[in-house]
Amino acid sequence: MFEAILLTVITASTPLVIAALGELVTERSGVLNLGLEGMMIMGAVAAFATAQLTGSAYLGILGGILGGGIFSLLFGVLTLTLVANQVATGLALTILGLGLSGQLGESFVGMPGIRLQPIVIPLLSDIPFFGRVLFSQDLIFYMSVALVFGISWFLFKSRTGLKMRAIGDNHGSAHALGINVVRTRYLAVLFGGACAGLAGAQLSLVYTPQWVENMTAGRGWIALALVVFASWRPLRVLAGGYLFGAVGIGQLHAQLLAQSGGIAIPSQLLSALPYVATIVVLIIISHNRRTTLINTPASLGKPFVPDR
Amino acid sequence: MRIELQKRANTSTLFSILSPLLALALTLVAGAIMFGLLGKSPLGSLYIYFVEPLLDVWSLHELAIKAAPLILIAVGLSICFRSNNWNIGAEGQFTIGAITGSILPVLNPEWHSPLILPLMLVMGMIGGALYAGIPALLKTRFNTNEILTSLMLVYIAQLFLDWLVRGPWRDPQGYNFPQTKSFQPEAVLPEILDSGRAHLGIVFAIIAAVALWFMMRFMLKGFQVSVLGQSERAGRFAGFSAKKMVWFSMLLSGALAGLAGISEVSGSIGHVQPVISPGYGFTAIIVAFLGRLNPLGIVASGFVLALTYLGGEAAQLSLSISDKVSRVFQGLILFFVLSCDTLIHYRIRLIVNPSAAQEGKS
Repeated sequence: MFEAILLTVITASTPLVIAALGELVTERSGVLNLGLEGMMIMGAVAAFATAQLTGSAYLGILGGILGGGIFSLLFGVLTLTLVANQVATGLALTILGLGLSGQLGESFVGMPGIRLQPIVIPLLSDIPFFGRVLFSQDLIFYMSVALVFGISWFLFKSRTGLKMRAIGDNHGSAHALGINVVRTRYLAVLFGGACAGLAGAQLSLVYTPQWVENMTAGRGWIALALVVFASWRPLRVLAGGYLFGAVGIGQLHAQLLAQSGGIAIPSQLLSALPYVATIVVLIIISHNRRTTLINTPASLGKPFVPDR
Repeated sequence: MRIELQKRANTSTLFSILSPLLALALTLVAGAIMFGLLGKSPLGSLYIYFVEPLLDVWSLHELAIKAAPLILIAVGLSICFRSNNWNIGAEGQFTIGAITGSILPVLNPEWHSPLILPLMLVMGMIGGALYAGIPALLKTRFNTNEILTSLMLVYIAQLFLDWLVRGPWRDPQGYNFPQTKSFQPEAVLPEILDSGRAHLGIVFAIIAAVALWFMMRFMLKGFQVSVLGQSERAGRFAGFSAKKMVWFSMLLSGALAGLAGISEVSGSIGHVQPVISPGYGFTAIIVAFLGRLNPLGIVASGFVLALTYLGGEAAQLSLSISDKVSRVFQGLILFFVLSCDTLIHYRIRLIVNPSAAQEGKS
């Protein structure tokens, strides 16, 4: 029972963690991409379609990454080349993504999906208590863990990561130092989009292996809140992602318990819990103005035009 | 080859007017390509989508019905966006306004007084304003990002509405349909013309647009909105309070969204049901930008976006394409508007040979 709950929590948390990690990198470079929800849903539909057409869930993962990545380039062109308002462009990306995915996925509605099979790691998965939970998971889960540590290393231990953080904190100075601000930001946006696409692929290949319109159900926005919650640090994204995932699963179990126990808790109240939790967490994290100011990349959301 | 932007000394008046039109033209081109890819005749489809709905009286009324909430919400949002407050939860404020406005007719179906309608409208506005007050409070008191909180509140409002109409507000004689009793005739927003369904909502929308245009143009408050939006620091030096502006813009846009909500429920639906909006609150964001955040421009753009809804329905009937096409069109419009707006502030130069450009500079 306990193991089963833990497994569902992991499945529910993984897309949040991956999407938030990608956004974290994008935001560290000083770009606020509010189109996370749109990129995720495009990744979800691309992954499902690729898996259906090729019969392979692994190619589906690739399709999801490409879908989210290519879609994010649209955001890049507008905000980085044409210096459009990042908030508005992000919203545009979400609106377009939700519409386009609905249109593209129309013929897949109701089709049985192809589930990504778990990879059982020998020996490790025999460890009592947590072995089966942690070491007989699907590829996307392993990728999420690798991403957490990979991004941590990249941002804080590598030269390119340092440059990227410099751009996010002061793009004027970084430009004066000869760092190519726009190119680095393009890469950061692309990486964020690819991660969002991977998160979407997890939804349509693992979490609920089928295509449902609007299946992201606000997870992109929750992942955005998660980045603030984690104060732009990858390890805290992992912790926060699991916290949010646990709230989501907790409300499902509470609904079942209430039903079987005959207690009349409105299901809508429980469904609203993840959103309420997000607001509460944002209040707790943001109320100290000074720490927020220290943690937020200083150039976040500000347009940059190279003056040569 | 690369693209280079050169800041204009002054914003270009020509492109301020041209940019929305250019964006619409580009949307039509992209739409033609999309219809072509779907295997339909591009021009014929565009005709069915964008022209045919304008040709008969019935659909002109439908256009006004759909434009009303879009314009009402978008003029409120334009004040928010101009003052740099990103209220993107208008859909939730619309929903709560519809709920609070409907309290009287749902709970007092036998009250036949001419007072009921004005009271409903006022309560709808109060409900919407209070709901927008939550992100305003969180932003001013706890420094919380209003984009995320206002959006989370949309989901909560929709779930609350769902619970209401399936639970306490459900019509017991309604054959188990999740909806309330139909409103009494006194609680229904009157139609403006004998020829069709268009109701007073569109009149409210135009009044609100003109009033806010006047405010932005001739009143100190409007000046405060623009100054604080462009530079909070400059606003502080002038003695304007950014916190008060958060409250003002959020409450104002919330009240207008609430008014849109109760007008929609009372004028065009006639009862409360689980889904009362095809995403008006989000589409209004596009309306606001296509209208270049100018209340009068928004009146025009409100009708354009309303047309995308009607066109979507027409395309579904005559072209057997799903009505999701309208969402795609709406997203495309916003993309093209945002890209074309670059032309207002920058001159775009295409540089074929980078070294040649360097020489030209020196």
